[in-house]
Amino acid sequence: MTNARIHEGRSDPHTPAPTPQPPHPKPHTQNPTPDTPPSAPPLEVHDLTVAYHRRPVLWDIDFQAPEGKLIGIIGPNGAGKSTLIKAALGLVPLASGWVKIYGRPYVQERNSSGYVPPRESVDWDFPTNALDVVLMGRYGRLGWLRRPRRADVDCARECLAKVGMADYALRQISQLSGGQQQRVFLARALAQEASLYFMDEPFSGVDAATEKAIVAILQELRQHKKTVLVVHHDLQTVREYFDWVILLNMRQIAVGPTDQTFTPENLQKTYGGRLNIVTEVAEAVARGVQVGRT
Amino acid sequence: MPHWMMERNVQWVLAGCVLLGISSGVLGSFALLRRRSLMGDALAHAALPGVCAAFLLTGTRSLGFFLVGATVAGLLGAFCIQAVTRHSRIKEDTALGLVLSVFFGFGIVLMTIIQHSPKANQAGLDKFIFGQAASLIEADVRAMAVCAALICVAAGLLFKEFKLLCFDSGFARGIGYSTMWLDGLLLLLIVLAVVVGLQAVGVVLMAAMLITPAAAARLWTDRLDRMVWLAGAFGAAAGALGTVLSAVELRMPTGPLIVLSATAVFVVSLFLAPRRGLVARALRLIQLRARVAREHALRHLYELAEASGRWEERVPLQELAAVWGEPVAVVRRQLTRLEQDGLTWHSGEHWGLSASGLQSAYEVVRNHRLWEMFLMHEGQLGADHVDRDADLIEHLLPPVIVRELERLLRVHGREPELPPSVHPLAGTGG
Repeated sequence: MTNARIHEGRSDPHTPAPTPQPPHPKPHTQNPTPDTPPSAPPLEVHDLTVAYHRRPVLWDIDFQAPEGKLIGIIGPNGAGKSTLIKAALGLVPLASGWVKIYGRPYVQERNSSGYVPPRESVDWDFPTNALDVVLMGRYGRLGWLRRPRRADVDCARECLAKVGMADYALRQISQLSGGQQQRVFLARALAQEASLYFMDEPFSGVDAATEKAIVAILQELRQHKKTVLVVHHDLQTVREYFDWVILLNMRQIAVGPTDQTFTPENLQKTYGGRLNIVTEVAEAVARGVQVGRT
Repeated sequence: MPHWMMERNVQWVLAGCVLLGISSGVLGSFALLRRRSLMGDALAHAALPGVCAAFLLTGTRSLGFFLVGATVAGLLGAFCIQAVTRHSRIKEDTALGLVLSVFFGFGIVLMTIIQHSPKANQAGLDKFIFGQAASLIEADVRAMAVCAALICVAAGLLFKEFKLLCFDSGFARGIGYSTMWLDGLLLLLIVLAVVVGLQAVGVVLMAAMLITPAAAARLWTDRLDRMVWLAGAFGAAAGALGTVLSAVELRMPTGPLIVLSATAVFVVSLFLAPRRGLVARALRLIQLRARVAREHALRHLYELAEASGRWEERVPLQELAAVWGEPVAVVRRQLTRLEQDGLTWHSGEHWGLSASGLQSAYEVVRNHRLWEMFLMHEGQLGADHVDRDADLIEHLLPPVIVRELERLLRVHGREPELPPSVHPLAGTGG
């Protein structure tokens, strides 16, 4: 810990003084190798509030996501899980707070993050094939006006093969099953060659085999020190799939390693519904007064 | 060359209408996929007051000024639509209708003012409502060519960006595309295409030129690049056809003829396009029905024999119809068809499977039951991909899984047999 800090100071001689530490410094769990300066967390969200039409849908979000972990974003419908991802990706305006990716604002780090949008968000009758959709993952690196090159096509094919869809490269996307479409989206994200991934319900509407395949890919990503945030619905599989969880119900309920955070009390807080929030507030304001339902 | 083709005027009109077809076809493809087709209609109507205002302000009839006027009015219209949807509970379709009619009405008012002014004859702006291709002169066509070239170059250069915008705008923004900018550019190009077509087709029918060739092209292909090329070609063909028809059949307005030609292309595509066309779909349905009926007949004959264990015996037609649940006449027709293929034979009203029929029936039943097992045990088998349309399960699943399915068939006592007594080829089927 101390060594790491000294190293940090030495590696950047232009820094006049050590940067002020945040009030609650998060201990570094992984030791950075002496050759590389300690890196900023893949995702840092500070005091985030998002509002749609003046109605806040997400507030008090404040966490740092550790590197190389599979992180589940868990919460009931309408808890703002997708909104959190969209806020991190800069797709919705923030009412307050900021999001940093590897210590920098999102606009400067677009190529280090990949995105799997929900499958229903696009029209699958669009005139294109699976390979072409995966190729779209390369567009961010290509820049404007440049056409995909041979290497990009090879990369896209490789990514399709990784999700077990090599035989379907030239298939029109409407002729793919739901699970296959989800795999294509996953392959597109892989083609982005990012180090931080956001996946919005990659398991929704897929068959058991596809779910297994996707989990295998997530674990492979983790092996390569990638960080993956996944919006997830199925509470049964949370412990099995995720190292970390973010429990969300419009505000942040709890964040941390799954075994410490995914507890009945926290779940009760998350899923107890809005009634619970009301209860807590009521209790705080007027103790002794009858609160909640019996 | 027919005499009307020799006229210089007709050549310019022809060139103009082809250019209009190409530009609206190409851009219409993106507008269609971005679900902005009706926006094209609103923009076309909104262009009218812009054109009139441009004439009132400059006092000259020049396509350049018209373009500026139409662009400003079109963007104002688009802005109004967005403002209305954003700041009120009114949905986009209502907002479109609102803006469309208000702008058009305002355009008519301006036009009336112009017609009461001394410059009325010079303006000829009333032609902009329904279009008059015959009034196209060389200068107009040159300006149209510039616009069409701009549209095609922009569509070519930004093909990848527009494709992603149309397919998945959320992802596009995620990788740093400014979708607002791209949408704005698309809108601007639509206005450009509208202006190109305004004089020939008119504001009322312009939307048809944006929608119809693109919709027709979509039926022929599943690739965006081909769709854009085709839409351009269809638009050009419609433009040319409309002009020629109008030149041959005198006193017929060109604009409506162009739109009707485009519609004819669409209707032909709707019926004849491969795969997506109605004829192809009907044929596929008929084929599917025939195959299902044939397999049903074979399966029921097989299963009746299997149940009784008397493979050589023929079954009464009535009994088969009862098992199958179809009228006797339908069953008889199906069996007769199978007999023509040498798969069944009968004496009187009793039917049975021939040797080759038994082989076919065995295969059908085996495939059917393997599917059954597969669907029952899908979860455990961990097969990644299943193409439910595939004919034979063996073509689809790895041999390991087929063997596992066969084992499951035996476990469940559902394994079909090929009785050796009847068929010399018995045993080769497995």
